[in-house]
Amino acid sequence: MTTTTNLPSAAELHTVKRAYDVQRIRRDFPILARDVRGKKLVYLDNAATSQKPQIVLDAIARYYEQENANIHRGVHFLSELATSKHDHARQIVQKFINAPHAHEIVFVRGATEAINLVAQTYGRKHVSSCDEVLVTAMEHHSNIVPWQILCDEKNAKLRVAPINELGELIMAEFEKLIGPRTKIIAIPHVSNALGTVNPVAKIVELAHTRNIPVVVDGAQAAPHTKIDVQSLGCDFYAFSSHKMFGPMGMGVLYGKTELLEAMPPYQGGGDMISSVTFEKTIYNKLPFKFEAGTPDVAGAIGLGVAIEYLNAIGMDNIAAYEHELLAYATEKVSAISGVRLIGTARDKAGVLSFVMDNVHPHDIGTILDQEGIAIRTGHHCAQPVMQCFGIPATARASLALYNTKDEVDALAAGIKKVQEVFS
Amino acid sequence: MADLRDLYQEVILEHSKAPRNYRELASGQSAEGFNPLCGDHFTVFLKLENDVVNDVSFQGSGCAISKASASMMTQAVKGKSKTEAKKLFDTFHKLVTEGDANGDRADLGKLAVFSGVSEFPVRVKCATLAWHTLKAAIEGKQGSVSTE
Ligand SMILES: Cc1ncc(COP(=O)(O)O)c(C=O)c1O
Repeated sequence: MTTTTNLPSAAELHTVKRAYDVQRIRRDFPILARDVRGKKLVYLDNAATSQKPQIVLDAIARYYEQENANIHRGVHFLSELATSKHDHARQIVQKFINAPHAHEIVFVRGATEAINLVAQTYGRKHVSSCDEVLVTAMEHHSNIVPWQILCDEKNAKLRVAPINELGELIMAEFEKLIGPRTKIIAIPHVSNALGTVNPVAKIVELAHTRNIPVVVDGAQAAPHTKIDVQSLGCDFYAFSSHKMFGPMGMGVLYGKTELLEAMPPYQGGGDMISSVTFEKTIYNKLPFKFEAGTPDVAGAIGLGVAIEYLNAIGMDNIAAYEHELLAYATEKVSAISGVRLIGTARDKAGVLSFVMDNVHPHDIGTILDQEGIAIRTGHHCAQPVMQCFGIPATARASLALYNTKDEVDALAAGIKKVQEVFS
Repeated sequence: MADLRDLYQEVILEHSKAPRNYRELASGQSAEGFNPLCGDHFTVFLKLENDVVNDVSFQGSGCAISKASASMMTQAVKGKSKTEAKKLFDTFHKLVTEGDANGDRADLGKLAVFSGVSEFPVRVKCATLAWHTLKAAIEGKQGSVSTE
């Protein structure tokens, strides 16, 4: 089965590996060539969503032009083709995160739905009155609210592990908060507001000595770092396709087989059953038990191609390139007087959050936008993080594999322009 | 292309740096306004006498546009009747959504400097947050208003 057509050949790949050719990568993303507001687009809002390479766009178009049919239920050619492409995408995801089995990859709408799925199935089954769910102070709302809903329903308690002034988890405090009533620990792999990379494997170790499962929100990790769920040891791992160069409306929940097997289904409908009578329904095997209804087949195919694109460049190469770019951006931006970085963890990925003396982030965003520079301003769906730092909002530049030092320079020049306007 | 100077007029920048009537009122009524998207948060305090705005002030945090708008609003509505204040909001709202061409500029006085906001649709909520909050205070609404 061929799913990719214009990925680099092995020889070409070798060159990419030797020298990270960012200009060549940029040419794969048609949107990066456009102008906005009469200026060259400088897209630094990757933590909100990433842009898509042409091969992903082509794969989606090809699916609807040439391959579209419903899956799992046809005897005809196209249905078989669509089914096998959908299955293949699952295998690509499995390998990408080094999951032991393809049936441990559940396709969902995004990280948000993945976390809600765990809360509503595993959570409802295992959390009862006076139990506790432990999260961190650097959570995206999507790793807070599903647990809050669960805790409200069960009369359980949501505990929050604090962070230090750098935006790192305080591990001693974290450990103290794990108690006899802790039933679930949910943490972000990488914080979207601060960029902090959390010591997931270490937390998993702490949790597992007490038999507590760990849910990892990997939405901001997937586009930047190699993910290995076996070496992390986590029980669940959630991420979104659209933040890793795949289409929107698509996402992944990884779960360990024994946990997924024991969980009640999430939604009811077609595809998630193996037989239905009005007396009794027998649920389908994994992962289909959790995939009620017609899935986003084009989305899964698009995600698979996005992953193959990342694999061709190499996650290690991407991580190394971005690490250097983030260091450059950190140096450039923090050198501007009157600018303060929010989130200076020792281990960081992709995100540069900052505030400026006497200028509100919203005004920063508007002025940078006039320069064609797209950043995000606000609380980044992480209001508790803002409270920790005693600020209402930040301006956030977030990097991806196609950003360049020139773009960082444009950002720094834009920030100086902001200061001119407000001088 | 929209010009930044249309938005960040000198008067607006000046008011954002040194907002007028930035204080609490000991008596009277108040309302809170939020813009959850950018974290702007203001309280507008109001003293009415015979349906006339006898005193008005505000406190809180927000961007330059929202702060300047709150500051200039307090100056503009002081001494106006409830009905006049609400009518002024309507005219102001028209200005920031539709721009100069429509609406009656003369009624707005100094507030006309906000006409540039209409070129920046995402900033309309900033410019109107204090006004929405004022309206809630006038109407004696409980709780807080939100722009979302
Ligand atoms: C850390 C983190 N978790 C979860 C999410 C939610 O992702 P989605 O909206 O794609 O479900 C985001 C998106 O901003 C995020 O940054």
